[in-house]
Amino acid sequence: MNKPVTVDESLAREFGLTSEEYGRVLSIMGRTPSLTELGVFSVMWSEHCSYKSSRKWLRTLPTKAPWVIHGPGENAGVVDIGQGYAAIFKMESHNHPSFIEPYQGAATGVGGILRDVFTMGARPIANLNALRFGSPENPVTRRVIDGVVRGIGGYGNCVGVPTVGGEINFHPAYDGNPLVNAMTVGLARKDRIFLSAAAGVGNPVVYVGSRTGRDGIHGATMSSAEFDEDALSKRPTVQVGDPFIEKLLIEACLELMATDAIVAIQDMGAAGLTSSSVEMAGKGGVGIELDLDAVPQREPNMTAYEMMLSESQERMLMVLRPDRTDVARKIFEKWELDFAIIGHLTDTGHIVVKHKGQLEADIPLDPLAEQAPIYDRPATPPKAPAPLEGVHAPLSLDATLLKLVGSPDLASRAWVWNQYDSTVGGQTVRRPGAADAAIVKVEDTDIGLAITTDCTPRYCQADPKTGGAQAVAEAWRNLTATGARPLAVTDNLNFANPEKPEIMGQFVAAVEGMGEACSALDFPVVSGNVSLYNETRNPDGSTTAILPTPAIGALGVLDDVNKAVGLGMQPESEVVLIGETKGELGQTIWLREILGQEAGAPPPVDLAAEKRNGDFVRSAILDGTITACHDIADGGIMVAAAEMVMASGIGCELESPDSGIRPEAFWFGEDQARYLACVADGKALCERAQAAGVPARIIARSGGNDLILPSGVTISAARLKTAHEAFFPTLMGN
Amino acid sequence: MKAAIIVFPGTNRERDMAIALKRVTGQAPRMIWHHETDLGDTDLVVLPGGFSYGDYLRCGAMAAHSPIMGAIKAFAQKGGHVLGVCNGFQILTETGLLPGALLRNANLRFLSQDCYLKVEAENTPFTHKWKKGDVFRTPLAHGDGNYTADIATLERLEGEGLVAFRYADAKGNVQADDAASNPNGSVNSIAGILSENKRICGMMPHPEDLVDPLMGGEDGLPLFQGLVEAVVR
Repeated sequence: MNKPVTVDESLAREFGLTSEEYGRVLSIMGRTPSLTELGVFSVMWSEHCSYKSSRKWLRTLPTKAPWVIHGPGENAGVVDIGQGYAAIFKMESHNHPSFIEPYQGAATGVGGILRDVFTMGARPIANLNALRFGSPENPVTRRVIDGVVRGIGGYGNCVGVPTVGGEINFHPAYDGNPLVNAMTVGLARKDRIFLSAAAGVGNPVVYVGSRTGRDGIHGATMSSAEFDEDALSKRPTVQVGDPFIEKLLIEACLELMATDAIVAIQDMGAAGLTSSSVEMAGKGGVGIELDLDAVPQREPNMTAYEMMLSESQERMLMVLRPDRTDVARKIFEKWELDFAIIGHLTDTGHIVVKHKGQLEADIPLDPLAEQAPIYDRPATPPKAPAPLEGVHAPLSLDATLLKLVGSPDLASRAWVWNQYDSTVGGQTVRRPGAADAAIVKVEDTDIGLAITTDCTPRYCQADPKTGGAQAVAEAWRNLTATGARPLAVTDNLNFANPEKPEIMGQFVAAVEGMGEACSALDFPVVSGNVSLYNETRNPDGSTTAILPTPAIGALGVLDDVNKAVGLGMQPESEVVLIGETKGELGQTIWLREILGQEAGAPPPVDLAAEKRNGDFVRSAILDGTITACHDIADGGIMVAAAEMVMASGIGCELESPDSGIRPEAFWFGEDQARYLACVADGKALCERAQAAGVPARIIARSGGNDLILPSGVTISAARLKTAHEAFFPTLMGN
Repeated sequence: MKAAIIVFPGTNRERDMAIALKRVTGQAPRMIWHHETDLGDTDLVVLPGGFSYGDYLRCGAMAAHSPIMGAIKAFAQKGGHVLGVCNGFQILTETGLLPGALLRNANLRFLSQDCYLKVEAENTPFTHKWKKGDVFRTPLAHGDGNYTADIATLERLEGEGLVAFRYADAKGNVQADDAASNPNGSVNSIAGILSENKRICGMMPHPEDLVDPLMGGEDGLPLFQGLVEAVVR
């Protein structure tokens, strides 16, 4: 800093610490901290790095299963997928930066999650992203979509990792606070996984990758506060990404990981050099000393404070075997990346930072971690939603269907997908939209990975516990509908200000619902991220909170990828409806798009039925009985059937339900745990289902190119597609 | 057939290409780092897709000045077979081994989708498994695939049968001003071209990503099968 800064409580508050937290800093240090030390405390104790509001509840989630190799606590979760391979995956948010600067916010979100995965030794093989945008009518939304989609594509396409799936929702609650949740799946040999715990006093600490600049200083703190009208003035806190450097970093790290040089490795993500050095030393129970003069710098005259807090992208920190530093240096020189020994491990248990001959920081690591604040914030349990009453159907079934398939949440996402390279790598078995989950093959094996992201925020808003359970159940169902065995979950919990009891109540209830579903479905959480303070302060002083959005990323495995099925309608088949239909219309897309209401309770989630129905469907896919399968989600049975018809161009004739349920409730209700399945012999499948205690009935027969409704009204696949595909190009202007 | 794939910093489809080549030759191609100056013993040189040097300056412009390029030019001059796909095509135009240039896509967005290619030149090492007028499907994935060249060059390419592939619809109709069938806006719907001796081919789409029924089809396979036969002959 050019002018001296006084470190005191008021500066601490500016850095996002409370008075009480600053008191804790004083007692740990036994003196007034230096500016750099205060910076370290403030980012390490930020919501983003410390999970201080959420940790108590995250601990309640199930995290173990025989196939889990590493659960939460590492850079990403690791599961065993067979034949000596492990899948490494995580989802992470970049919400605030993506509103301030959509292109770079989204791009660096992709870059950050890629590093979390390859830092563990995995080659990234798939990207997905769960996006929530504001109302399509809001002019800002277009700017945000354009930037976010270009940013995701610009980064992912260049690094050569296929973007194979994801989801998009629209709601005015995201007008000033869109959500960008990026997920990466990587592949490693099970016995070649790299962890972050530092070891070996005296071992060199090595910095590789891009140089450090002044970008992103205090990014972690920014993402731990709500937005106000000055949000856009925070643009300098957003980092700038360089996917070309990231690609080189991936290749160089993987090349180095094939040697025995690395003791520990961690990417420099949020809070950059601070969090990577503190976490590596802390996990290893050692001390660390850094000499910032050796840090590769992009700008002159950077201070210790700036270097420790910078969030410049594409950087990694490693502890190497001292006798292997030359091997490592050569690899990074080949890839034309910076490589610098910037410190060493010590036995002091402190992080010591020196710069230009001055001691800039000396902090004991144990208290920094152990005395980090944890809050049990007051939580008001959400009110049970009032039941839905007296709705009527104003439109015919065919007019309703055409409107629904063209509505923002159900319209074709091709405009978005077509800007993402989904085939690079040559292992993409099912591209976006071809199956309920993306399917990527493990090269040189028959193993397939099924991957999906899911959450229905309007359900979570109405009933957070049911919504949390539903998000997990839908992810499990989407994996199942391809034939995959669901293995594990990564969660990205996006909520508003946890200091408000009603928001904390949403969080607690959603986590409770998720936990129940994960337990019932043997579907542990192995990694995740929490993003709080997703709300906007309006000029009149009121605030707009996002819908509670616990996005679930999930991974399943197919031992023989050749057995995977897609969702496209198959010729000359009978279509069987699996699962019970009561006609749940609360919180449905139908209710919102046709009647303009967001009301009622979301469809209940029966986890026992979910498991029973899903296990039945999976077994019938794997033995070749079911030749196409689609889970019934937003829009209900008729939308699901229309999606199957649009996917393959093969039509079907729907049968009259004869169920005693009103037609709109039968066809557009969103009851859970249901699938549509194509089979050659529907009666045989129904008999088999009955024996397994699974409700099933024939609902349609395939053929021709039209969707024929029970009334006899015919809608061609082409007409459905026209209605389905117009939304994005119309909104975005091309 | 012995094949060598050139790898630049930022290349990202070298493994896709290796899979396709291995499928037709039974052996893994050699990967050659751009710092090398010797191609060794090879029948085919492939410049694969990706973002060499991050597409900075201009797509392919920096790679065109890599140390290995001297050896590739010499190989080409002696009549060697060279295939450049996507970024590889861009590099070939930047080195002057093929004429013309690739501009930003007409809609100014990255495009990743299937397209249909109509075979225009038959009896070349790259196309002889097809007949003129055949149509096949292939993925494309690029931001700068909008082929252009000056009028004299275009007349020469068209007149001498050096247009290898054109973008078309599924039935083979070519219409340059139709964004659905000519997605990146290339002049004359040109998707791939040949050198005068027809032994260098550059194309934007990725036939190497459609060589396995599991990934959606084998429509790209004839190009590689044809190369094996042509090079062995």
